Amino acid sequence: MTEAPPDLMLSNAYQNWYRFSRNPTAMIGLVIVVVCVLAAILAPYITPFPDHVGAVTNFRARHLPPSAVNWFGTDNVGRDIFTRVIFGLRISLLLAGVVLGIAIPTGTILGMAAGYFGGWTEIVIMRITDIALAIPPLVMALAVAAVLSPDLLHSMLAIASLWWTWHTRMIYSITRQLRTQEFIEAAETLGASKFHILFREILPNCVSAIAVKTSLDCGFVILVGAALSFLGLGIQPPTPDLGTMVAQGASFLPDDWWESVLPGCAILFLALGFNLLGDGLRDLFDVEDVR
Amino acid sequence: MEFLSFLIKRVLWSVLVLVGLSMVIFVIARVVPGDPARMALGPRASPEQVATMQAELGLDRPIVQQYALFIEGLTRGDLGKSLLTERPVNDDIRETFAATFELVLCTMILAMGFGVPLGMIAAYWKDKWPDTAVRVFAIFAAVTPSFFLALLLQILAGYVLHLLPTTGRLPNSMEFEASWTGLLLIDSLISGRLDVFGEALRHLLLPALSLAAATMGQMARLTRASMIDVSRQDYIEAARAFGIPEWLRVTKYMLRPSFVPPLTIMGLEFASLIGGAFVVEMVFAWPGMAAYGIRTILQKDLNAVMGVVMVSGVFFVLVNLAIDVLVGFVDPRVRIRGRR
Repeated sequence: MTEAPPDLMLSNAYQNWYRFSRNPTAMIGLVIVVVCVLAAILAPYITPFPDHVGAVTNFRARHLPPSAVNWFGTDNVGRDIFTRVIFGLRISLLLAGVVLGIAIPTGTILGMAAGYFGGWTEIVIMRITDIALAIPPLVMALAVAAVLSPDLLHSMLAIASLWWTWHTRMIYSITRQLRTQEFIEAAETLGASKFHILFREILPNCVSAIAVKTSLDCGFVILVGAALSFLGLGIQPPTPDLGTMVAQGASFLPDDWWESVLPGCAILFLALGFNLLGDGLRDLFDVEDVR
Repeated sequence: MEFLSFLIKRVLWSVLVLVGLSMVIFVIARVVPGDPARMALGPRASPEQVATMQAELGLDRPIVQQYALFIEGLTRGDLGKSLLTERPVNDDIRETFAATFELVLCTMILAMGFGVPLGMIAAYWKDKWPDTAVRVFAIFAAVTPSFFLALLLQILAGYVLHLLPTTGRLPNSMEFEASWTGLLLIDSLISGRLDVFGEALRHLLLPALSLAAATMGQMARLTRASMIDVSRQDYIEAARAFGIPEWLRVTKYMLRPSFVPPLTIMGLEFASLIGGAFVVEMVFAWPGMAAYGIRTILQKDLNAVMGVVMVSGVFFVLVNLAIDVLVGFVDPRVRIRGRR
């Protein structure tokens, strides 16, 4: 393959951006994701009560409904919920980052190996994948929490230890289709190394599928993580966590609805952003079969 | 004949998956924690007590032998004793599983029964308003955490509208022993208790809906995509040219092949459905296996946890096996090609 001249590459990127930016749902998704990431990074500077992240109590301001001062109201010890929601985004994004940071490289390499080498490599890798698919990530995280102790790190590792399976399956089926194509055969005939074929010939053809899947998965990992902390197995208080906040607020339903509903909406909002972004990327790259 | 050999192959793979699953669970429960006996007894137990318990659980033997014991127990259907309830884990799971099974079954019926028609509607009116509506619904269904949806439904249907009960399987005042299948909906019909049937259905509706929403959206999305795919095939065009009525074309010639991708994905999605059940059962105080699982996890009751994970895995494998058979019936091409 010859490299495209730089000006053509630039116009390609520009074309892609042009098409992407004309897709309203994709743009909404991108805006939500960017806003959430920026808010999470800048949390100490943009939130009205940054000290409410810790174990602060202010009993005179308990259970206040949303107002101009406390946009999302206050919780059962008088902390500003808006502040805690913005800080809670950090944990959700960290969880998604760590889980996918482990799962994507693992899944990609295993999927390429199984698809390209075939034979015993394929059988062993794909059977292990089948086994891992039979365990719900949430249940695995619960079991690990039972054996070790309930905290964020263990939950992340437990989810990551199963999440690679979806990527393996996807990359495997793409690689299987690529394996018989001329450019792979050409590279083999020219005596290219296995490493070259896997990482320079096959991998570039998987990138768009990986991008779509990563974006969609960010949303789903965040949902699983939120469910875990809702059950009390996420990061331990007083560090703000969206799932934990929903669980704590739930005891004050239905009167003090904002304490659980608004953090819940934040989870929904974040997952929605990643989902719309993923859908937009899928339309852009025209990759089907990625869910 | 091909279908039979395809089936036999699938069953053998399923057995292999279950063996692998048992190894994973064994490693998690027996190898990772170091000393399950010490964990069960707590830090204040004397070394003698720990040693007695180790002998009782077979922990003093070599690890391979321990695994063999574990497998032997599994084949006899014996999952050991729960440290929390001090009863055989089997009994605990048998009692709670029926509730979970009923919930999950209704969830799948809801997800399929509404998801597939919604997808058909969206595909039929592609790019018109019904399509947009279904797609918006599908996205929101996919990104709403199931526990959050459960809470919202509780607030709306339970507290605001006072339409439906928000906890449990039956009202406390109602006496009923589900003794045949354990499924309230079926047992109440068998014994002719229509009042129980009605109450059970009312109690089931909210949990099943919270659990089904995400899968329902997913099903609608997949059905829509595969219907649109199929509608571009030549034989559909040919059917149109032959003058086959529209409704027959859509329901028979288009729906049947479009049904396969949603069905297969339903099988894979089933794992996340079981995961979701853990959360939904907690919110609705549903006396199921998942709620039992959470309780035992918090008590570090390893035998029970292993049992729950193993039963979830077996459930998953069986459902996928059933779905594969179903796909074989729906799509004859699968029978001939063998593996998907």
